[in-house]
Amino acid sequence: MLTIRQSELEALRRHGEETYPHECCGVMLGRMEGTERVVETVSRAGNTRVDSPHNRYNIDPRELVRIQRESRGRGLDIVGFYHSHPDHPARWSQTDLAEAHWVGCSYVITSVEHGRAALTNSFALEGTGEEDKHFVDEGIRVLTAEAAD
Amino acid sequence: MKILIPTPLRQYAAKKDAVDVAANTVGEALTSLTSQYSDLRRHLYTDDGKLRAFVNVYLNDEDIRYLQKENTPVRDGDTLSIVPSIAGGCRCPR
Repeated sequence: MLTIRQSELEALRRHGEETYPHECCGVMLGRMEGTERVVETVSRAGNTRVDSPHNRYNIDPRELVRIQRESRGRGLDIVGFYHSHPDHPARWSQTDLAEAHWVGCSYVITSVEHGRAALTNSFALEGTGEEDKHFVDEGIRVLTAEAAD
Repeated sequence: MKILIPTPLRQYAAKKDAVDVAANTVGEALTSLTSQYSDLRRHLYTDDGKLRAFVNVYLNDEDIRYLQKENTPVRDGDTLSIVPSIAGGCRCPR
């Protein structure tokens, strides 16, 4: 299960609309609570795949190092990542699985249809390593402003 | 020096988010880390002992691939970050 405030969910969906028809990407920061992930905030990242930005994304590791260091200073962990699929379903692709290495984290995908964010789904990367990693559908618990207070 | 452990690897490092090691090079630091936490080795290295391609190692803000790789000297106060890559996309390889 992924828990996220409405404002943060809207922020990552809006990011996908802003970068349309290119894929957006970013990092979700928060806390691990058992096997669940609680998102406190999302951090936008640039898509370095300038050769094919409409159907590929890559986060510069240097940017990730910075985000990891700054989040640690705030007592937060990297609990997942998000990206968009422009005019493509909000389902993980074989490319998404092959390139996913953060076992135990959530991978959120938003389909952006004709520039408007449509469905957002989350998938937990489970397994013990590269050999048996796999995505599992997971629910998204959205906290409204009242519930988050 | 300090090695920052990314979220997915903490389960193999006694749930620590950082480990302090004494080392003169990046290679020594990683060896010290995997000696203390042997389960980490297979997640960082291939069977023939090379760092896995998707494992990025940064000394402070520099990718060790563009320094002297595992022979890069380190000093007290340095921070080594282990950061698996983040990539994907809706297009599948043909």
